[in-house]
This record gives sequence, structure tokens and C-alpha cells, in this order.
Amino acid sequence: MSTPSAKVLIVVAALAAVAVIVPNTNSFMILLTTRALAFSILVMSVDILLGYTGLASLGQAAYLAVGAYVTAVLTTKYQFGLGWDFWLVLLFGILLGAGLASVFGLLAIRATGVYFLMITLALGQCVWGLAYRWNSLTGGDNGINLRQRPKFGINLADEVTFFYLVLGVFAVSLLIMFTLVRSPFGRSLVGIREREQRMKILGYNTWLHKYLAFIIAGAFGGLAGVLWAHTAGIVSPVNVELPTSVDALLMAVLGGSGTLVGGVIGTFIVFFLREWLSTVVPWWQYVLGGVYVLTILYLPTGLMGVPQRLRHASFRAIANGRRN
Amino acid sequence: MDIRFWLIQAFNGISYGALLFLVGSGLSLIFGVMRIVNLSHGSYFLLGGYVALSVIWATGSWLLAIPVAMLVIGFIGLVMERVFLRPLGFDPLRQVLLTVGFAILFQQAALDIWTGNNFDISPPVALSKSIVIGDIYFPVYRIFMIATATVIGVGLWLAMEKTRIGAAVRATVDDAQMARGVGIDTSRISMLIFTLGALLAALGGVIGGAFLGIYPGLDFEMLPLAFAVVIIGGMGSLGGAAIGALLVGLADNFGKALYPEVSYFTLYAPMALILAVKPTGLFGRE
Amino acid sequence: MTSTLLRRLSPPLLASSMVLGLNLAASAEELRIGFVAPTTGIFAQVGKDMVDGFAMYLDEKMNKFGSADVKFIVEDEQAKPDTAVTKAKKLILQDKVHILVGGLLASSGYALAPVSTAEKVLYILPVSAADDLTQRDLPKYPYIIRTGWSSSQPSHPFGQWACEQGYKKIVAIGADYAFGYEVIGGFQRAFEACGGKIIQKIWPPIGTKDFGPYIPTIKADADAIFSLMVGPMSLQFPKQLAASGNKKPVLGGGTSYDEFVLPSMGDEVIGHVSALQYSAALETPKNEAFVKAYRAKFGKVPSYYSETNYTTADMIDQVIQKYNGKFPGAEEFIRQLVAMKFDTLRGPVSFDDMRNPVQNIYIKKVEKQKMFGYPNAELWNTVIKTYPNVSQFGQFKKAEFLATPVYSRDYPPCKYCQ
Repeated sequence: MSTPSAKVLIVVAALAAVAVIVPNTNSFMILLTTRALAFSILVMSVDILLGYTGLASLGQAAYLAVGAYVTAVLTTKYQFGLGWDFWLVLLFGILLGAGLASVFGLLAIRATGVYFLMITLALGQCVWGLAYRWNSLTGGDNGINLRQRPKFGINLADEVTFFYLVLGVFAVSLLIMFTLVRSPFGRSLVGIREREQRMKILGYNTWLHKYLAFIIAGAFGGLAGVLWAHTAGIVSPVNVELPTSVDALLMAVLGGSGTLVGGVIGTFIVFFLREWLSTVVPWWQYVLGGVYVLTILYLPTGLMGVPQRLRHASFRAIANGRRN
Repeated sequence: MDIRFWLIQAFNGISYGALLFLVGSGLSLIFGVMRIVNLSHGSYFLLGGYVALSVIWATGSWLLAIPVAMLVIGFIGLVMERVFLRPLGFDPLRQVLLTVGFAILFQQAALDIWTGNNFDISPPVALSKSIVIGDIYFPVYRIFMIATATVIGVGLWLAMEKTRIGAAVRATVDDAQMARGVGIDTSRISMLIFTLGALLAALGGVIGGAFLGIYPGLDFEMLPLAFAVVIIGGMGSLGGAAIGALLVGLADNFGKALYPEVSYFTLYAPMALILAVKPTGLFGRE
Repeated sequence: MTSTLLRRLSPPLLASSMVLGLNLAASAEELRIGFVAPTTGIFAQVGKDMVDGFAMYLDEKMNKFGSADVKFIVEDEQAKPDTAVTKAKKLILQDKVHILVGGLLASSGYALAPVSTAEKVLYILPVSAADDLTQRDLPKYPYIIRTGWSSSQPSHPFGQWACEQGYKKIVAIGADYAFGYEVIGGFQRAFEACGGKIIQKIWPPIGTKDFGPYIPTIKADADAIFSLMVGPMSLQFPKQLAASGNKKPVLGGGTSYDEFVLPSMGDEVIGHVSALQYSAALETPKNEAFVKAYRAKFGKVPSYYSETNYTTADMIDQVIQKYNGKFPGAEEFIRQLVAMKFDTLRGPVSFDDMRNPVQNIYIKKVEKQKMFGYPNAELWNTVIKTYPNVSQFGQFKKAEFLATPVYSRDYPPCKYCQ
């Protein structure tokens, strides 16, 4: 029986395993894992909106971009964020992500379903246009190059050290989001997802709840952006283009929305397909598309739902067996 | 800014709107009837263009390319609806994501089949000229696009308003459950509309292909434009789609001509603002 | 009978072949070249052309540069800078390549250059043309060298050519991004230095296909139009310009008419003039052989994307042979490369002290004709004038040039814009 605490144990064990195993593989694996972990934070934020609040957003990459660009600009123009002030930059990323979400949320939260999808898409594209056009700040399509990683006691230029940092931030983010979704606030979000009308009748300010969830997602998006900027060392409008937002949404669904960890699994699968499989075979796009289609068709609850479905299938088999 | 400028820009804006209508009308119908946001709509557009290219290369006939492309893509749409979308039932998010998955597959397949070179569809010479009125040149092809969009628009409107099937479609758009209640086979209607949407997208691809080119990436470039039309016009409303297309075409054109600084925002900023004020689009109803 | 003979002979045969084999192995070095290009996504065809160009050279030399066995590893950057970085790191750290080659867009070049500095690996840029990589930013990147071009390099002599044609006022319209700014900026600087005036600059966003908003705003008193278009924009702009009744001469940047897009263009581009360091219509025996072989193998006329990679492979080959096939380390390789003069497909190429090529710039005009013995009349970029020994600074002095800002939307300022 998978009780919540058993699930928690599994996650902790997985994290520990990653922390121990990955640094002993090759540098490419470490790099991929670091990237996947950083992006997972964004995907988990998408899941908070999608899986818990029932809002599918096609514009979350905007918050990743905001966090990434602020990191890049501070590092290159003001030499800020390369020492202990890196933690301040992390904070800025969170605040800016939340700030942008608070503005966009005012425009978007009234919409639901597919309209919400569209307005978040439009807002995300506006941010993209800004990143592209505001040459003096963002470097336009050339992007901004962060040529160094922060050094504060530990040197993040070392891939393994940086990996541990990202893993640590990821673990803390996961913990915070986990606490959030199990809190009364999180439960009311689920209630809103299921039956918004009823929640309203019960006196909940559903608009406010959704708005807050949106801001929280934006905050984590900004956080992911700060890490993302340092992982690749370059920030460009590609980070905020539509396919990036679509990616995040797809990864959340692939792994299983409403589970947080599902988003992480989805991220890892897609990243490895895209960046490892692409070094092995040229037809990896078919595999990726196929994985999406098959998962959506046959695994509506995503990959995280597989154990449950297996259990149900085995129960049915046992029941049928007994009957015979 | 003299009168010449306004005339030309208005003409350009209207012709661009016509193209957008060709792209967006199918999407609007699909959403109205099935409540599906078809994110592979752009792929149908592009594939329509590629199939047309193949027909032109094989037979040299642009005229033949149009119906062949429409039928092939219509068929693909039909298969996709029957085999993949129908089993999902009414689950908008999963349907949306399924169409994205297919868009990825289509994109790679197109690359493998037709290569990634930038192509252009050459219309017949008659359509490539320009009519000169006064000293203003009006490219015939733009006039052709306006004419086609008008014909399609009127044809669709007539079908919706004056035929029994049209009435059934309208009933389904208004209230699917009620429609089923009076005996309308909404499942068949969905299939019909999805196929029709694919047909229209393919037509848009063939007609638009001569204007925009046919190349990888066009599928995802057209998608936001189609959505802008649908959103501003209101989903499921053909008249709304027409007006939405016209508005987007004119606003985008004049915006870029008069204020080039905001070229990137002439499409998305109005879209976001309209949705913020009226989440179901200008003419939408919910 | 023979079998017993064979059996008796095999041990000594085996032994001697092993010895010989060992010796052979000892003298054959392995040269590992990592190639980063977009092989999927919207730039997949360009990436393919890049790889094909390089691979064709490798095939001709049977994968051997002198006595070195070349291991050619291609990785997909999907035209995304962070993917480019990831793949480059994989090539460097996991595959342990000696040389990193490639990158398509300026953003990829800017993403990979720091990686080369951090990992101290040689990075050769055959395509990425962002000016500052070998100008104001060069000191940050001691391990890079460009074998292609810089964006504004062809524009400098082209501006001069425009003056020689008697043009006085030109309207510039180009894609709204750094590459556009640099190509047009270089043209503006050169054209205005010899008495011309750029009277208007229009910047359609990259990806624009409907130039309806822009074409009517082109000033009527211009003598000519200079356009910088890339990809699908290159196909649609001339068509729409012609349909609008344009009678002015049209000049363009290299990518506006290069062989990547030329086959899909129609008669509306006949007479349009552009400038680049290569044209497939270059009438030299070397180029003719290359074009014919490439077209026979890949079914299309080679674009500069293919040529520059073929030439880069050629250059690497010639340098490595000076070291008997053993890679001498990044710094020594660069030192040698920069010291040599090459006779390549595009003509003579040498390097300036900022690691950018010094080469011919060809002014080419689109003409419909039969070339190289092909049966049909097709569109070709016929070379009408050659400017030899053009560096990235062109006719300008390096120190003055570097003292001014990099070409951007607002630099050079549009003094004559009304």
C-alpha cells in the first residue's frame, strides 16, 4: 500500500541515489541531470497550476525568462551575483517571477479552460517580443553570455559542485511545494479544480486562491530561471519562446499531473530523449512525439499513474480468477 | 500620409485578413463544435502546402494541387479524429496535448519527406501580375486571396444557415447535450467538422503557400495567428472569425506600418487585452 | 592440401600481420572533430548542408587527413544556444574531440565561444558571422578562429561598389536582428564614406512574410533598395516588391540570394545584385568540380553553408599535415593556420591578426543561364566584380573601426533619414 509517507521515502531515496550516483558517471550525464533538475522546478510550478488548480498555462516560460535574464544582466552589466550575492540574485529571480505573475494574473485569472490557455500564450509571447526587441538590455537574439559562475567558498564553475547546488535548491523547492499542496491552501486549490462553483458557494474566494497559485508558480519559475541561466551560461529569447512553455506543460502531463514528482519524471524523460537519444539516433523526434501521443492516449494519469493502474489490473485479475 | 498610403495599407490589411480567415475559420469551427483547441492545425496548413508542392512537381498543375491537398489532409484529419481524439472523450486538456504530440510527429515527417529547403508555390502566371489603378499597384494574388476567403466564408455561412446539417452543427455548437437530446448524432457532426477544419487548413496552406512560402516552422508560426483570429472573433462563430480575421489583418498591418517599434506586439497585446476584458473573445458566448 | 599449407603458414602470417598492424596503428593518429549544427527543427536543412559540405571533403579524402584518421562526430544543437552548449560539452568532455567546429546562429557562436575558453579547446566557426566575435570580443576567446566570414565583411566593398554605380540615395530594409544590423550597418558605413546617403532604414521582424506594411513606405526618391533577408523572407520579399510595381534596382546581402534560397526563386530576382565571399557560379575549375560533385551527390547546388564547411575541412587537413597528423594543441594549431595562405574553392584565403579570414568578396548578379554544362537555363549568381583581399574591416582602418560601437539598429546613425 503506497501511503503518503511511503511515497515520501521513495522520493527521498531517489534523491539520495541521484546525489550519490550521478557525480560518478561522466560529465555529460552530470550536465544533463543538472539541466533536467533546474527545468524540473519550472515543470513542478506548471503542475501546481495544472494538476492542483486545474489551470493549464501556455506561458510559464515567461517566468523562467525573467529569472534568467535578471541573472544574466546583473552578472554581466553590474558584476553582481558572483559571490555570496548569488543568493540575493536567487531572491530577485523569485520576486520578479512573482511580480510578473501578479501583473499577468490580474489579466488572466478571470479566464478558464481554453481561454486561459490562450491568454497565457499571448502574454508569454509579449514577453518574448520584449526579450527580442529590447536589444540594449537583453542583447536581442544574440542573447547574453554569463561567462562565470558564482564563487562563494565553493566554486560553482566545477560541474559537480554546481550539480549539488542545483540538486539542493531542487530538493528545497520540492519540499516547499509538497508542503504547500498538502496544506489547507493546497487542498482548497484541488477543491477549486474539481468543483469551483461549490467552493464559491461555500464562501471561498476562488479568484484569490487561483491568483495566489499563479503567483507562486511564477515565483518558482523565476527561481528555475536563475539556475537555468547559470547551467547553460547563455540566456536568449529561445528560453521564452512558445515551444518552451509547451514543453513544460507536456512534461507535467507526461509524468502525471497533480503529483509534483510526476513533472520531474516527465522532465527527465524528455530531456534524456532529446539530448541523449539525439546523440544516438536521428529519428528521436518520432520517439518523442510517439511517447507523448501514447502516454496521452493510454496513460491519462501519466507515468505516475502506472503503479495504480497495474494494481487495479491485478486486483481485477485476482477477482476474475477467484470467480472462476 | 497621403490617400495612396491608406488605400494600399487598407488593401494589404484586408488581404492579410483574408489569409487569416482561411487559416482560422477551420479552427474556429472545430473549437465551436468540439471544444478542442487543435494545436496541430498549423501542421495541417503546412502539410497542405507540401502536398500541393508534390502535386505541382509531379503534374505541373496548380489547379489540381488544391483539391488533392485538401482531400489528403482532410483524410488525415478524419483519421486523427476517429482513431485518436474520439477515444479520449470530452477531455479538452488531453485532446490539446494529443494534437501537440501529433504536431511534433508531423513536423519531423515533413522534414524527412520533403527536406527542409525553403519552397515557394508558384501560382499560375495570370495570378502573379498586378493591376494598376492610377499609380497604385494591386497584386492580383492578394485580390485572389480576398476572393477565395469571401467565397469560402459565404459558402460556409450558407451551409450553416440554410442546410439541415448546418442546423445540426449550429445546434451542437450551442448546446451539445440538447442536440443529442433531439436526436442529432453529435459524434458524426464532430467528425464532419474536424475533417472540414482540416480541409480548410489545407486550402489555406495551398493558397497561403504562394504568399508565405512553405518551409519547416511555418506550422508553429501560423498557429498563434489562427488563434488570434479565433479568440478575437469568438470561438465557434463564423461571422466572428471573419470579423476577427479582418480586424487582426488590419490592425497588424497598420500597426507595423505606422509604429514599427511595436511590431512584435501588434498581434499579442490586443489579443491579451481582449481576453482580459472578455475571456470568451469579442463575439464569443458562454 | 591448401588447407594444411594455410594452417602451417597461419601462425607466422598472423604474427607478422600483427606486428605490421601494430606498427601501422602506431603511425596512424586519430583526429577527433566534433561538429555542432542544427540537424532537427526549422534550420535542419541548413544544418544538413553544413554537415554535407564537411562530410563531402572527408569522403574525398577517405576520412584521412594525411596520416590521421578522422573521427567526425555530429551533434544536433537544434538552433538553441543552450543545447549547443550541452552538446559541445559532451563532445569535449566525453568524446574528447581535438577540434570543435560549427554553430549556425550568432547566438550559438556566442554560446560556444566561452565554452572553448573554459575548456581550452579549439573552436572553429565556419558559419556564425557575428562581427564582434573576432572584433571587440576577441580577447575573451583565445581559442576560436573563424573560417567563414563576418557579417559586415562583404558589405564594406559592396557599399563602395554602390557608389561606383552612381547611386546617391539608398533605402535599406532588413531583418530586425543583429545579423541584419551588421550587414546593413557595414553597407551604410561604406556607402556614406564615398558620398552616398542611406535615407531610410526599415526593420521588419525576423520571420515576416507579409511585407505589405513595409513596402509602400519605401521612399520614392531612392535610387536603389538594399535588402537583407534570410530564409523564407528572402523568397517572399522580392516577389512582393515586384508585385508592388518596384522599378528601382535591388541590392541585397549575401543571404538574400544565396544558393540556399535561389532554386526556389522566380524571375523576379533576375538582375538583383548581392555580395558574399562565395558564389556557386564562380568560374574556376576547382569550384566547377565542387559544384558538379556536390549536386550529383546531394541533388542541389551547394550554398555557402556547404562551401564554407568544405573549405574548413580542407584547411584543417592542410594544417594537420604539417604536424604529420598529430594534433599540436589549440594554440599551435591556430598559430599555424593563421600563418598559412590557402587556395580554396572561394579563392585565396588568408587570416588577419584577429583570426578572421581575408578573402575575395564577389559582387554577384542573378542571371538566368546555363552553366557548367547543365542542360537547362537556371538562376545563378554570376560574378560581375571581385574585390580581392578584403578583411573584416574592409577599406577602414582597424583602430578607428574598433573605436566605434558594433553595428546595431542605431549605429551608424541614420543622418539622412528624414
